[in-house]
Amino acid sequence: MYLFRFLFLFGFIISNLVYATPLKIDSTKSNITITFKQMGVPIDAKFTQFSSKINFDKNTPNTSTAQIDIPIASFDLGDKQYNQEVLKKEWFNAAQFPRASFTSNKIKSRNATQLDVDGTLTIKGKSQAIHFVLNTKTIGKQQIFEGTLPIKRLHYRIGEGEWADTSILADEVFIKFQFTALP
Amino acid sequence: MKRYSTTAILLHWLMSLLIIAAFILGTIMTDIPGITPTKLQYYAWHKWLGVTILGLVAFRLIWRLTHPIPTYTKPLPLWQERAAHTLHISLYVFMFALPLTGYFYSLAAGIPVVYLNLLQLPVLIAPNATLKPILKEIHEILSNGLLIAFVLHAAAALKHHFIDKDDILKRMLPSTKE
Repeated sequence: MYLFRFLFLFGFIISNLVYATPLKIDSTKSNITITFKQMGVPIDAKFTQFSSKINFDKNTPNTSTAQIDIPIASFDLGDKQYNQEVLKKEWFNAAQFPRASFTSNKIKSRNATQLDVDGTLTIKGKSQAIHFVLNTKTIGKQQIFEGTLPIKRLHYRIGEGEWADTSILADEVFIKFQFTALP
Repeated sequence: MKRYSTTAILLHWLMSLLIIAAFILGTIMTDIPGITPTKLQYYAWHKWLGVTILGLVAFRLIWRLTHPIPTYTKPLPLWQERAAHTLHISLYVFMFALPLTGYFYSLAAGIPVVYLNLLQLPVLIAPNATLKPILKEIHEILSNGLLIAFVLHAAAALKHHFIDKDDILKRMLPSTKE
């Protein structure tokens, strides 16, 4: 009998030592949208496809990791002509750099509902160290992660040549994302 | 000779310049292939002109309805009076319908109008992929209608001035007397 108790206790301890578990992301309740200003006009676009590998443990957030991968061709501005345009060399150069990606380096708890995330964002072959605050909330059995990441498009050379003019297209672009994890 | 009020004369010539500018921009900008910064700039300016014209024509209509226009010095044949009246009404219709269809076309395309880069105007409809090409087409057809009405309007005015030698055009010219 003591053996069983011992095994049970042993198993219990072991299971709590397990690191952050991979989350199942509900793609129908997750999205990545970008907002930018074109001559003062706010425009929204979204990436209709992305893959994510998020390992997260609520109790030990610093063991969490996130890896997001976005095919550039899934960019959708709601207009076919514009969607074709952004794949070109002056923009994302999707032929040479078909994917954008984010890899987390450090995640730590900020408060009960927020995490500080440090990571590397790579777009058009250019990597930048970035930091953002991730908001977490739980609705029923779903865990929702969302945040906004401002980037400067010229850092990644998105919009080169005549398009580098920030009076036509602002430098600051906001990447808004939401990931919903299934239980 | 009784001429139009100073306000009416001012609005008439100011708006004709704005409308001509909007028309020229509209013609050039839709001819630019692909997507270029210049094209986006022209689209923005074209919309700013449109919004200005819409604001002015609203005021102009109220003015027109509250201030009687000068009666004809010499009575015109009834068919000419009717034709003129019809043409003027259609010009007002175009002056309202063009900026309005343009505005909703922009909204249907998911692009709000930010007047003069400063003031975002109300987003009255959500992006609508079905309405977008319809409004675009109507806007273009109306602009062609306006062109025809404009040509008839200008031709008639010049006819009255140079052929009939009456004071019809003079009524809409600013007084040189003060």
